Amino acid sequence: MSGFLSHVSYEFHAGIRNRALLLMNYLFPLGLYLILGGLMARLNPPFIETMIPAMIVIAILSGALLGLPSPLVAAREAGIFRSYRVNGVPALSILSVPTLTTVAHTAVVAVIIALTAPTLFGAPVTHSWGDLILVFGVTAFAVAGLGTLIGVISSTPSAAILWQQLVFLPSMMIGGLMVPSEMLPEPFGRIGRLLPATHAMNAFTGLAQGRATTVQPFASLAVLLAGGVVAFVLAAWLFRWDSSPAGRWRHPALALLALVPYAVALILAG
Amino acid sequence: MEIGRPGQNGEAVRVVGLCKRYGGDVAVDSIDFAVRQGEIFGLLGPNGAGKTTTLECLEGLREPDAGTLRIMGIDPVRDSRKLRNVTGVQLQTSALPDSMCVDEALRFFSSYHGVMPDYGLLERLGLAEKRRAQYRSLSTGQKRRLTLALALAHGPTVVLLDEPTAGLDVGSRIALHAVIQELRSAGTTFILATHDMAEAEKLADRVAILLRGKLVVSGTPRELTAAGRGLTKISVRSERATLVQSGVALPAVERTAFQDEYAVYYSQKPGQTVTAAIAQLEASDDPLVDLRVERPSLEERFLELTGKGDSR
Repeated sequence: MSGFLSHVSYEFHAGIRNRALLLMNYLFPLGLYLILGGLMARLNPPFIETMIPAMIVIAILSGALLGLPSPLVAAREAGIFRSYRVNGVPALSILSVPTLTTVAHTAVVAVIIALTAPTLFGAPVTHSWGDLILVFGVTAFAVAGLGTLIGVISSTPSAAILWQQLVFLPSMMIGGLMVPSEMLPEPFGRIGRLLPATHAMNAFTGLAQGRATTVQPFASLAVLLAGGVVAFVLAAWLFRWDSSPAGRWRHPALALLALVPYAVALILAG
Repeated sequence: MEIGRPGQNGEAVRVVGLCKRYGGDVAVDSIDFAVRQGEIFGLLGPNGAGKTTTLECLEGLREPDAGTLRIMGIDPVRDSRKLRNVTGVQLQTSALPDSMCVDEALRFFSSYHGVMPDYGLLERLGLAEKRRAQYRSLSTGQKRRLTLALALAHGPTVVLLDEPTAGLDVGSRIALHAVIQELRSAGTTFILATHDMAEAEKLADRVAILLRGKLVVSGTPRELTAAGRGLTKISVRSERATLVQSGVALPAVERTAFQDEYAVYYSQKPGQTVTAAIAQLEASDDPLVDLRVERPSLEERFLELTGKGDSR
């Protein structure tokens, strides 16, 4: 088995063996799915219409945004990356393998949600499975890029949690997950366009569910794709093997450039 | 030096004018040394002397500010991928993921080196029973042995070990020494940074002592000890301790001490001193109980050079 495949195999198993990752990959999104499915159907019946995409986006946010960064920070600070380095593990594997395995875990959760929500909660059946897979892949790529970038730039796990929450909480509130973006007050709707969740919900609704959207769903996909590429390029550039400073040209503040594709989308949308 | 092969005179490692600073602090100040293939080379020095920095530059973990480094003809800074295949590294402090099992770690790193995992190595380092144990459940000594096994797993030609026996019990230490000597016999080159003088004296073919970033002396352990003041320690104990009570002066003795009924003499000419001590005891009709003669050790020479303390 090649080093990369062996690495993927280890990380995939670690995603189940490690309790914190098990919580973020499976327990939290599935638990929330069951609670929101039961609760929101009574409190906010229209939620059921967008329940499948919303819960899939929450699963992606949980696994890739809340689950990815802290292990990266902890591994770097504990000297695990140095051990990897002297044993020939490339930096690109360190960044890409957790992303791939997290996406794989999240895909399992997404399949469970997409298959059970119509039966359990009366959610509309997915219109196009191909588009669902496409939007899932692009959204996971974009969010995992942000998660990886947060893991790379954060000096401590606490700092990583702070950055995660700066994306996760607004995504939950104004990212179109609980309430459709078009129903939000105008300023909140506009700010929400800086979040991957908003674009993901638009793409899922337009493509996978075949419903009318205010923004072209492929435009949302393009923003997510650009956001993912920029975030991963920045993560590779800012990556450090240990806690020693990386130099002026690799200042962590450069990570803010990951918001550029979303900011451009916001400006273009007027 | 051709890449992947030893250089002139069978040199596996060559360091010329290595300098490394951290901000305004000079960690390594223009040091030179070469290590022949199949040799065990000890880097000794007090804390902060520059041993770990020197090793980290050789491992490609730190970029030197000046100087030329070659390991089997490979520049550690420019060609780290080739370097990983010829070197095995045990860092002073390192870690693995808590949930990684011992045999999983061996498989994982062996696959990155493109070799089959050598589970026999776990047996030789006393980890066979821990194959299924997760890293978090291992003792400090077991963790050190595992990182050593990982450093050796791909059959490297040059092995860089930073304090390899720190935290190991006596049995593990002996097992580790046996593995090092066996691999050396097969042609593997070792660079060993250690505080343990006895270990360096036992294992190393040559040693270098670093002090405040400078290489102050190098040679075989025997050459180094011979180059010092070279005082042999002679301890004499008799039934009535007349040597202790009389405090008589013996020939060629530079320093005398009295410890636990022993008269201890530090002598330039141990033969003369021992003969005189026995004659003195016979004259006093005081039967000899114990006589010990200890040649100067590397540790004494080290303390002599370092001023018996840390360099900073």
